[in-house]
Amino acid sequence: MIEHLPALMVAVPLFGAFIAPLFKKHYKGVSMWAVVITGSTVILSLLLAKEVVTNGIMVYVFGADKPSIVLPSGYAVPIRIMFEVDAMGAFMAISATLMSFVGAIYSYTHVKKETGLEKYYALLMLLETGILGMVLTGDLFNLFVFLEIAGIAGSALVGFRNYRGEASEAGIKYLIVSAVASLMVLFAVAILYGQYGNLNLAYIAKNISFNMVDMIALGLLFTSFAMKCGAVPMHYWVPDAYTEVPAGINPPLLVATYASLYALFRVSFTLFANIVIDLARVGWIMSILGVLTMFIGVTMALVQKDVKRLMSYHAISQTGYMLLGVGVGLTVLHDPSKLAEFGRDAMAGGVFHIINHIIYKSLLLMTAGALFYVTGTRNLNEMGGLARKMPITTISFIVGAAAISGLPPFNGFASKLLIYETSYRLNPLLTVFAMVTSVLTLASFVKVFASAFLGPPLEKFQDKREVPTPMVIAMLILAVLCILFGLFPNIVLDKLVYPAVDALINFAQYHSWGGLA
Amino acid sequence: MNGNIFVNFPFIVVAILLALGFYTIGFKRNLIKVVIGIEILEGAVNMFIVAVGYIKGGYVPIYTQAPREAVGRMVLPTPQALTLTSIVIGVAVTALMLAFAVNIYKHYGTLDITRVRRLRG
Repeated sequence: MIEHLPALMVAVPLFGAFIAPLFKKHYKGVSMWAVVITGSTVILSLLLAKEVVTNGIMVYVFGADKPSIVLPSGYAVPIRIMFEVDAMGAFMAISATLMSFVGAIYSYTHVKKETGLEKYYALLMLLETGILGMVLTGDLFNLFVFLEIAGIAGSALVGFRNYRGEASEAGIKYLIVSAVASLMVLFAVAILYGQYGNLNLAYIAKNISFNMVDMIALGLLFTSFAMKCGAVPMHYWVPDAYTEVPAGINPPLLVATYASLYALFRVSFTLFANIVIDLARVGWIMSILGVLTMFIGVTMALVQKDVKRLMSYHAISQTGYMLLGVGVGLTVLHDPSKLAEFGRDAMAGGVFHIINHIIYKSLLLMTAGALFYVTGTRNLNEMGGLARKMPITTISFIVGAAAISGLPPFNGFASKLLIYETSYRLNPLLTVFAMVTSVLTLASFVKVFASAFLGPPLEKFQDKREVPTPMVIAMLILAVLCILFGLFPNIVLDKLVYPAVDALINFAQYHSWGGLA
Repeated sequence: MNGNIFVNFPFIVVAILLALGFYTIGFKRNLIKVVIGIEILEGAVNMFIVAVGYIKGGYVPIYTQAPREAVGRMVLPTPQALTLTSIVIGVAVTALMLAFAVNIYKHYGTLDITRVRRLRG
C-alpha cells in the first residue's frame, strides 16, 4: 500500500473526476462525492509526506519494479515513466490536496445556483490531478502532459460562468498563455531529448553539459514557467483569471499557479544544478524578477475598485516574495559557507511563504466570494457596513489581511521575516523593496476593510445575513490554519519546510534516483 | 550528417514556422487567427520532435525480428509517441479555445481582440 502511494495520489482524483459526471441529476451527491475524494487525497498526501520525510526519496516506476534497464556493459538507463517524490514534491502535494478539499467544501453552497455542477466538480478534481502529477513526476514529458491537464481544467473553470462574457474573455486569455507556455516547455524538452536521448529528470541532470543548446533550453523552460506562475512581464492573465473564477476554485487555481513555480524551482535546482558558474546569474535574475513582481503587483493593486481583482494583484505581488527567497538561495547555491549562513534560510522563507500565501490568499479570496454571494456586487464603492451582518466573514477577513501584511502573530510574518533577514545579507536594496511592498499591502487592505465592512449600515443590505455553513466552515479552517502556522512556525518549518529545502539543495540525492541506480 | 543542407532542412522549416506562429499570435487581431497561430506553433514543435528522432535512411522501429541491416539504424520510437500525445492534447486545447471564441462572439458581437477588453486596469 505505502509503496503505491505516488500512483494513488494521481489515480484517486482521476477516478473521482471520471465518476463525477454520473451524478448528473444529484447536485448534492456530486458535491459530497467531491468532498469525499478530495478529503481522501488529503490523507494520502499526509501519509506520503510522512513516508518521504522519514525514509527519503520515493521512486515509483509505472509498469515495473526497477527504474532502469541495465545493458550487459553495466550501463543503466531509465526507460519507463517514473514518479520521483522528494520532500519538496510532498510539500506541494499537501498544499494541493488541502486546498482542493477546502475548495470543495466551500463550493457546496457557493455554486449551488449554477447549472452543470457535475462538470464543475469533474474539472475541479481534474485540476487537482494535474497539479499532483506536476509536483510528483520525475519525467520531463510527463511534466508537460500534467501541465496541460492543469491548464485545460483551470481555464475551463475560469470560463465556467459562461453566461458572463468576461468569464470567456478571462478563460481564453489564461488558455492562450498556458498553451504557448506549455508548447515552449515541450520544445525545450525536445531539445534536451535530442541531446541526451532520455526524458528522465535525474538522468538528464546528471549528464548535462551546458553547451549553447542547453542554455536555450534553460531559457525556454525558465521563461515559460515564469509566464505560468505570473511573474511580472507576463502577469496580465492572473487578475482576470482569479477574478472571474468561482471563489471555490480559487484555492486550487492558486496551487496550480504555484505548481508552475515549483517546476521553475525544480528546473533551476535539480535539472541545471550541476552548472557551477552560471547558476549565480540565474539566481540574480530570479531575485530581481521577484522584486519587480512584488512591487508592480502591489502598486497595481492599490488603484483597484473590484475587491477580488485587488486581491488577485496581491497574489502577483506575493509571488515575488517566493521568487526573491528562493532566488537568494539559488545565487549562493555553490558557495557552501554563504549557503549555510543565509542561503538555506532564505529558501526556507521562500518555500514557507508558498504554503502561507496559499492559505491566507485563499481565505481572502473566499471572503471576497462571500461578499459577492451576499451583496451580488464586487465593487467596493457599492458596499458598506457589512461587519455587523457578517461577523465570521469579517473576522476571517481581518485574519487574512493581517497575515498578508505580515503582522506578528499570523503566518505571513514568520515567512516574511525569514526573507527580510536573509535577502539583506545578499543586498540591502532587495529588503527595502520587500518591506515597502508589505506596507503598501497593509494600506490597500485597510482601504478594503474600511469601505466594505465599516461605515454606516446601508439600506439595501438590511435583510442580508451571514453566508451558509459550508462556506463558513471552509473559511474557519483556513483562518485557524493561519493562526496556527503563525503561532507555531517552528513545527511547520522543521517538519515540512526544511526537509523540502534540503531536498532542493541536495540535488545529488535526487540524481541518484533515490539510491536505486 | 554528411554536410548536406537537407540534413538541416527540417530544422530550418521549424524555425520559420516558429517565427510565423509568434508573429500571428502577436500581431493579428482576430481571435480565430490567434488560435491558428498557436496551431502553427504546435505544428513547429511537433515537427521538431519528429525531426530529432529521425535517422537518415532509417528503418521502422521494430525491435523483435528486426533484419540484420536495421541494427543501429532504426528511427527512435519515443519522439513519435510524444508527438502523438502532444497532437491529442493540442486538439483538446484548440477545441476549448474555439469554444471560448464562440462564447465571446455571442457576448461581445466581435472577435477583434482590441475590442474584447471589458477586463482591464
